[in-house]
Amino acid sequence: MTDTAHAPADAPRKRSLLETLEVDTRLLGMIGAFIVLCLIFNFVTDGRFLTARNIFNLTIQTVSVAIMATGMVFIIVTRHIDLSVGSLLATCSAFMAMAQTVWLPNALGLELGSAAIAPLAIILGLIVGALIGAFHGWLVGYLTIPAFIVTLGGLLVWRNAAWYLTNGQTIGPLDETYNLFGGTNGTLGPTWSWIFGIAAAIAAVAILFSSRRNKVSHEFPVKPLWAEVSLAAIVVAAILGFIAILNSYEVPTARLERLFEARGEVMPEGFTTGYGLPISVLLLIIVAIVMTVVAQRTRLGRYIFATGGNPDAADLSGINTRLLTVKIFALMGFLCALSAVVASARLTFHSNDIGTLDELRVIAAAVIGGTALSGGIGTIYGAILGALIMQSLQSGMAMVGVDAPFQNIVVGSVLVIAVLIDIIYRKRTGAH
Amino acid sequence: MAEDRGTPLVELNDISISFGGIKAVDHVSVDLYPGEVVGLLGHNGAGKSTLIKCLSGAYQKDSGEIRIRGQKVEINNPRDARAHNIETIYQTLALADNLDAASNLFLGREITTATGLVDDAAMEAETRKIMARLNPNFRKFSSPVSALSGGQRQSVAIARAVYFNAKILIMDEPTAALGPQETQMVAELIQELKRQGLGIFLIDHDVHQVKALCDRAAVMKNGKLVGVVNVDEVSTDDILAMIIAGKKPEHLAA
Repeated sequence: MTDTAHAPADAPRKRSLLETLEVDTRLLGMIGAFIVLCLIFNFVTDGRFLTARNIFNLTIQTVSVAIMATGMVFIIVTRHIDLSVGSLLATCSAFMAMAQTVWLPNALGLELGSAAIAPLAIILGLIVGALIGAFHGWLVGYLTIPAFIVTLGGLLVWRNAAWYLTNGQTIGPLDETYNLFGGTNGTLGPTWSWIFGIAAAIAAVAILFSSRRNKVSHEFPVKPLWAEVSLAAIVVAAILGFIAILNSYEVPTARLERLFEARGEVMPEGFTTGYGLPISVLLLIIVAIVMTVVAQRTRLGRYIFATGGNPDAADLSGINTRLLTVKIFALMGFLCALSAVVASARLTFHSNDIGTLDELRVIAAAVIGGTALSGGIGTIYGAILGALIMQSLQSGMAMVGVDAPFQNIVVGSVLVIAVLIDIIYRKRTGAH
Repeated sequence: MAEDRGTPLVELNDISISFGGIKAVDHVSVDLYPGEVVGLLGHNGAGKSTLIKCLSGAYQKDSGEIRIRGQKVEINNPRDARAHNIETIYQTLALADNLDAASNLFLGREITTATGLVDDAAMEAETRKIMARLNPNFRKFSSPVSALSGGQRQSVAIARAVYFNAKILIMDEPTAALGPQETQMVAELIQELKRQGLGIFLIDHDVHQVKALCDRAAVMKNGKLVGVVNVDEVSTDDILAMIIAGKKPEHLAA
């Protein structure tokens, strides 16, 4: 995680390679740790860890926690905490499951399987999530109850509100359109995945160079052109490589036969196709982009980080920090509902224990991703990478055959060690 | 002295604030004219900062009235104060340490692009312009302000107050954390702003500095106003006597 070992060698050049590239060394450390982790698991499992199939599964397993982790970044940055996200996910999931299987068909006379059911259920669920979140935010911001207590109460309340809504029953199967958000049941297919991948690569390059042009127009210092070009090349290679891997995971023949049968066609002999990008992962990518823009380019994001850095200063600058708290928790609630769609669609049913212990995974993902509990510091991409590292650890250990108790012992220890490394890193680099 | 200068810029009339039964400010009246510097003096806990925070919107008065250019105004929060062109340099500087100078300077008043996103490049360019005037040695535009020295942090806080066309400036011990050279810089800035017609409330512990920079001095003790004096008509010993004993000098007492 540290690059200090190379420092003396680079010293005469004045600026090291990393400085010239202006990449976040902390991010680099995390990516490095992640790659090492993957390679170790791949070695121990004789190459089963880094197969297209496992990478595909890993990404769809990460989505639910990663979506919530992006919201948790804002919560923790403003020096709050949300212990209720797993329970809130359950309540939203229960609400949407009941809406699509019981309430909407009964109240609006919609038939099960009607095209309107999934969008309506999802919209209602997102509203419920945002409202519950806003209510938490109001208790924290306006009634000044500590977020720890509000959401600890919420942990119990919403877990059991979910239970009450469904009478503790498993609700399913869920609507087929709804289940498209679950991962395996809804992918873009190779063609659209390539189109998306290429569009994303072009957009990434365009953003890199437009920000460079903007800097030049204000006569701010920019990094050398070769650095910019190599950075762009790495980004493009990463995006297209990821798409290529997802496309190379082929849909099992039996499943393809069933799909053709459902459409009333006969599968041509020797037909194969890849899964491509899952819709749930696409959703996570959209969430990540939107949340990053909010964090870095909007007033809301600026106020969130200012409040985290110095709440008094934010207040004295005329920022309505109470309303800000409501907004942040409402956003968290909204993201819990979005995760609820992904989580229940992945299972194709709502179960009573959905999202259990997710609050701890989400907080751990945000913290491993570099979000400081003292407030003011955190990144969206860090939290997503944190979620991915957590999930890889868990899946990898399961694949290796580590006993269940040891899995959790390792995950817990990794969380603590990650924070320790982060503290040491921040001390060394002078940031806090 | 005040009679022939028209309407005061600020009138704080009969202001009182209590915290849990303790009268932090007890029926205090002070005014401020354009192009004037009024020093606020007193021991720690005398109520200077509390009084001034009513004007900056950080606290709300229990009773009394605030007039700006003769108009009665309600200042319930820092936004209201900013709307009346009142800017404050707090003793704590009130900077978000994790943000850079430009983000702090424009905090709450960001420049946005046509799409409503914050325009960091434009804000940095403006910051570079004003810092070139206030503190030409300032270079750390992309570092968080936690990485800056005391003087640099102070200049960010001052830039924030000066940039937005303040008419009324409140400075709460602006030189407390500064070395002699930087203190001199602040003194020159105060003179310049005064020439531009700003009214400045200056809270300071240094009686000599108040004598040098201020036109009038208001002395407080235990939440009450001891008196307001023209600094030219009193000696530093007179002012010290007001601060310590809470008595107006005899030659002015009548």
